[in-house]
Amino acid sequence: MTYEPIVSVRGARRRYGRFEAVRGVDLDVRRGELLALLGTNGAGKTSLVELVEGLAPADAGQVRVLGHDPYRERARVVGGLGVMLQEAGFSPDLTTAETMRMWAGTLARPRPVEDVLDDLNLTARADVRVGSLSGGERRRLDLALAILGSPELLVMDEPTTGLDPESRRAVWRLVRGLLEDGVTVLLTTHYLQEAEELADRIAIMRAGRVVRQGTVAETVAAEPARIEFVPHDGAGARLLLTAADLPSLPGLVGAAVDRGRVRLQSTTLQQDLEAVLNWARERGMRLEELEARSASLEQAFLSLAEDADVDEEVAA
Amino acid sequence: MNATIVAGRVARPTAPRTRRLLALARSEVLLLVRNRTALVNAVLLPVGFVALFAVLGGVGGDGTPGPAVAAGVLATLLVVALMFVVYYNLTTAYVARREDRVLQRLLTGSTTRVEALLAPALPAVVVTLVQLVLGYAAVSVVIEPPGTANPLLVVVAALGGAAVLGALAAATAGFSRTVESVQLTTLPVIVLILPFAGLFPTPEGGVIGAVARCTPLRPVTELMALGLTGTDVDGQTLTFVETFGAAVLPIAVLAVWTVLGVLAARRWMRWAPRR
Repeated sequence: MTYEPIVSVRGARRRYGRFEAVRGVDLDVRRGELLALLGTNGAGKTSLVELVEGLAPADAGQVRVLGHDPYRERARVVGGLGVMLQEAGFSPDLTTAETMRMWAGTLARPRPVEDVLDDLNLTARADVRVGSLSGGERRRLDLALAILGSPELLVMDEPTTGLDPESRRAVWRLVRGLLEDGVTVLLTTHYLQEAEELADRIAIMRAGRVVRQGTVAETVAAEPARIEFVPHDGAGARLLLTAADLPSLPGLVGAAVDRGRVRLQSTTLQQDLEAVLNWARERGMRLEELEARSASLEQAFLSLAEDADVDEEVAA
Repeated sequence: MNATIVAGRVARPTAPRTRRLLALARSEVLLLVRNRTALVNAVLLPVGFVALFAVLGGVGGDGTPGPAVAAGVLATLLVVALMFVVYYNLTTAYVARREDRVLQRLLTGSTTRVEALLAPALPAVVVTLVQLVLGYAAVSVVIEPPGTANPLLVVVAALGGAAVLGALAAATAGFSRTVESVQLTTLPVIVLILPFAGLFPTPEGGVIGAVARCTPLRPVTELMALGLTGTDVDGQTLTFVETFGAAVLPIAVLAVWTVLGVLAARRWMRWAPRR
C-alpha cells in the first residue's frame, strides 16, 4: 500500500504576466489533518490555493491532489473535492434551498439538503432568496455547498472573513466535526486565532514562498520569548539603564532599552528570567511592570511578515 | 474510507452529465420566470413582432397563396425568437451569471465550461421550439396550414439557428461589462444579421444577394420555406427528396457560422468579472 499525501505541491510557480505570485512552493497536506495557510494580503495564498483546486495550471513544478494533477486530470479529482472560494457568488433570485438543490444535482452522492442546511443553521432561511441573505448567511451557504458532496478534501479560502464572532465559532465547530469524520482540510486565513484553534499544522507564506511550516508549537518555538520590565531603585525612583548595565544571560538574543523600559529576547526563558530576578535582588532593584511570556503565533507571524517587507525592497 | 488510502485508484464520481445539466437548467428556468424583462422578451416579443409585421406588411393582401403566407409568418416568428429568446436573453444570462460570480462557482465543481453555457441555452431553445409549435397551430387556424414538406429541415433551422446565436451570445457576453450594457453590445449582431434574414425583400442576385445568403439567419428562413411549403429560393416547389439537395447550402452556411461562433466564444467569453 503506497502512502501519498492528499495534497502534494513541489516547486510550484504561478505567474501573472511579469509578476510571479507563487515562487517555488513545497507543501504537503496529510490525510485527516487541517493545514492553515497564513500570510499577509498579497502573499500568494489564493494563487497557491487555486492551483490545489485545479482552477489554474502551475507554470512550473508539480501539484498532486488525491493522487492526480487537479488541473489536467480534473475529472478524477473534482468528485472528492469541496471548494469554498473567497468570492464566489450566487444568483440572487434563487432561494437558499433552490441553490442547494441545484448544486446537489451536480454531485454524485449529495447529502440531504435539509441536513446540511440544518448543520449551517440555515433551515429558517431555506425559502428566502439569496439576494436577501446577510453576508454571514451567504458565507454559511458557501460552506454548505462546499460540504454538500461529502468531500474527502475541503479547500477553503478565508472561510470566516466577514463573519461575526458567534458565526465564526459555529463554523469552527462544524470544521472540527468534519475533521473528526476524517475530512482533510486546507484553509487560508488571516485570523491567527483561527489557525491556533483549528490547525494541526500551519504554513506561513510571504512574497510567494512558504517561509515556515509545522505545528503551531514548532512555528512558535523558533521565535524568542520576551522579558520586559521597568527597573526602579529601592526608594522607588525610575532607573535609566543602558544596554551595558544589563546582566549577561545565556539565552539572550536581543536587548533594548526604551525610556527606562527594558526589553529582552530570550531563547531560554526560565533560566534567563531567573538570572534577571537574581541580578535585580543583588542590586536591590524593583522590577515594575514585569512581564515574561513565550512567543505567540502572532509574534512569529509578525516577525516573518516584517522580514517580507525587507525582501520586497531588496527585490525591487 | 478505507478504500481511499491508495488515492489514485479510487473512483470519485460526479453526477452524470445529463443530470448535472438538467439540475442547472432547472434553476435557469426559475431565473427566467423570475426575471420580468427576460420573460417578456421570451414570450411576448416574438408574438408581438409577428403581429406587427403582419399588419405592416399587409399579410395575405397581395394574392400570395395562403400556405406561403403562413410559412412566412412562421419564419418571422422563428427568426425573432432566435434573436431575442436565444441571442439577447442568453447574452444577458451569461453576463448576469458571470457578474454574480456564479460561473466561477460552477467551475469549482464538476460543471464544465460547455455545460455552464448549455444550461441557460436549454430553456431558451425549448421556449423557441414551443413557440414554433404553437405558432404552427395558430397560423393553421388563422391563415392556412403552411404545409409539412420536410419537417426535419424545420427542426434543423431552429436548432442550427440556436447553435449559431447561442455561440454568438457567449462571445458577445465577453464584450459586455454589465447586464444593462447588453442592450448596446447585442446591437451590432442584430443590425447586421436581421436585415438579411430574408424577412424583408433584399436585392436578389448580384453581390448583395450572394452576401445575404451567407449571413447567419438567412439559412433559417430558407430552410423554413423548404421544410414547410417545399419552396426553394427560386420559388420552385420541390419534392421531399429534392428539398434535401436544396438544403445543403443553407445547412453548410449554418455549420460554418456555428464553427465561427464557437471560435469567437472561446476567444472572447470571460468567466469572471473584471476587477
